[in-house]
Amino acid sequence: MSVHDVTITAEIAARRRISSAAALAALVGLLSLISLGIGPVRLSPVTVIEALFGGGSDVAQTIVREIRLPRTILALAIGAILGLSGAALQGLLRNPLASPSLFGAPQSAAFGAVLVIALGLADVRSYALPVAAIVAAFGSVFALLAIAGRNAGLLILILAGLAISSLAGAATALAMNLSSNPFVVLEIAFWLLGSLEDRSFQHVALALPFIAAGAIVLFSQRHAFRALSLGEETAQSLGVDVGRLRLFVIAGVALGVGGAVAVTGTIGFIGLVAPHLMRPLIGHDPARLLVPSALSGSALLLAADIAVRIIPSTSDIKVGVLTSIIGVPFFLYLIMRERRALGGGVA
Amino acid sequence: MTFLVTRDLSVTLGSRRVLHDIALALPPRHMVALVGPNGAGKTTLLRALAGLLPADGAVEVGGVALSSLSLRERARRFAYLPQGHIVHWPLPARDIVALGRYPHGATDPARLPARDAEAVRRAMQAVDVVELGDRRVTELSGGERGRIALARVLAVEAPVILADEPTAALDPRYQIDVIKGLRAAADTGVLVVVVTHDLGLAARFSDSVLVLEEGRLVSQGSPAEALSERVLTEVFRISAYRAEYQREAVIVPWSESR
Repeated sequence: MSVHDVTITAEIAARRRISSAAALAALVGLLSLISLGIGPVRLSPVTVIEALFGGGSDVAQTIVREIRLPRTILALAIGAILGLSGAALQGLLRNPLASPSLFGAPQSAAFGAVLVIALGLADVRSYALPVAAIVAAFGSVFALLAIAGRNAGLLILILAGLAISSLAGAATALAMNLSSNPFVVLEIAFWLLGSLEDRSFQHVALALPFIAAGAIVLFSQRHAFRALSLGEETAQSLGVDVGRLRLFVIAGVALGVGGAVAVTGTIGFIGLVAPHLMRPLIGHDPARLLVPSALSGSALLLAADIAVRIIPSTSDIKVGVLTSIIGVPFFLYLIMRERRALGGGVA
Repeated sequence: MTFLVTRDLSVTLGSRRVLHDIALALPPRHMVALVGPNGAGKTTLLRALAGLLPADGAVEVGGVALSSLSLRERARRFAYLPQGHIVHWPLPARDIVALGRYPHGATDPARLPARDAEAVRRAMQAVDVVELGDRRVTELSGGERGRIALARVLAVEAPVILADEPTAALDPRYQIDVIKGLRAAADTGVLVVVVTHDLGLAARFSDSVLVLEEGRLVSQGSPAEALSERVLTEVFRISAYRAEYQREAVIVPWSESR
């Protein structure tokens, strides 16, 4: 085989990556249209598009642009940042089981937000909420990476993640426990389940800047993740400042997850599942996985949020509950696949 | 002429001093074997030279203090080949070699500038791995992976190569392959520092040998001088069979000395 053939094969791989990404983007677009059309009043995609661009009836315009558009935008953005965060953490730790929810980041963010509400410091539409959530998420991911140390194995990461999410859960329960106002407690409980219902453009304005900032921070580090494939020491020898990279990733994940949790509550397992779905299509390059993982995260959350509106039930199913119900069995499947590494057996 | 100079280079890990006042003056176009018993501090010295761990004392490369260089500038001067050739994801071998261009700012293997693509091609040709380019590294044999790792280091085109036991776990054929690859780099002007336990390869292929014992440089010079009978007895506590074959030095560890 000549050098020429090698470049051609690399080109074919690149073309496949681009067409996969384009197909994913089309899927996300389609799901967005369905998400805008689904609800108590069902609208066809054509009506949705008309209404979006100011055509059709006033009722359709109000439904699409004011009631459903914020919800769809949030599902898109939050799904994307969760998928991106999962891919970034997996790249940083060279570990396919890394994800924000397994590390307790959303749970900790929720605790930060709950604390603010329970103490009566702010209502649910104030910027204090995402800021508290981001600070708590940053603290949790930072603590996790500090406890796990360099070159941590799967087992240590997952045990530390379990401990941190348990602690965050207990602290949240304590905050609710100590809160004297039963209405506040009820509101917190519902919101903790993770839902995109009845979200307005206020919520979008609250979350989107942080999500965008987090996404930019994570995406800017993409090439360092590839160098990290060779391990931290070799990456360092190639000129990657690994310490700084860790801080950037922690900050990016905290900004994104904190911003998301502040308006929707905890939505788990998108960050774990999204990169896995993309590896067979895109390959394992941690830098190239970031954008496709974000797209597949969007598609997953949009689909889940459509599903909770279609599944017949007496009361509303929360989307966070659905993603966990689907995500946890997937996690178990991954544990089964990785059990040799987890058990520390001979690879 | 010297290219790499250290003065009073010391490393303390925790409360334990693992390197004591190492003074080196190494020329370019030279292959140095760094030998010593387990735990003598060979890998630590290599890491200190690459600036991968905090050290006291001074390291100068080409007349420039290591401490005055940015991470990237340092990475362009020292190509580091760690033990084990770990790759965490099943990436195409060519992308691994292309990581050698990372210090030069060519961070995306799919969009290498012509100059960097040319360096990658040269490196892959030098160790004869061009046909492995599209294979996933995780699917390669240990020997093939070792050569891909070597190609990545050559692709940096750095004036100094630091290799930590590059022949460990390779079959005899690939050991010779890899050492010859490094020897060829030295012959083109690179200063190559190789950590090895293989005294035979050290004696045969290197221009000089450094012997470390308990963090101290106890012997240095030509292979015959540095690996004298006295050193083998006192440092390695072995006696060796010595000979010359095809006008090259042969050292074969033979028995433990009493």
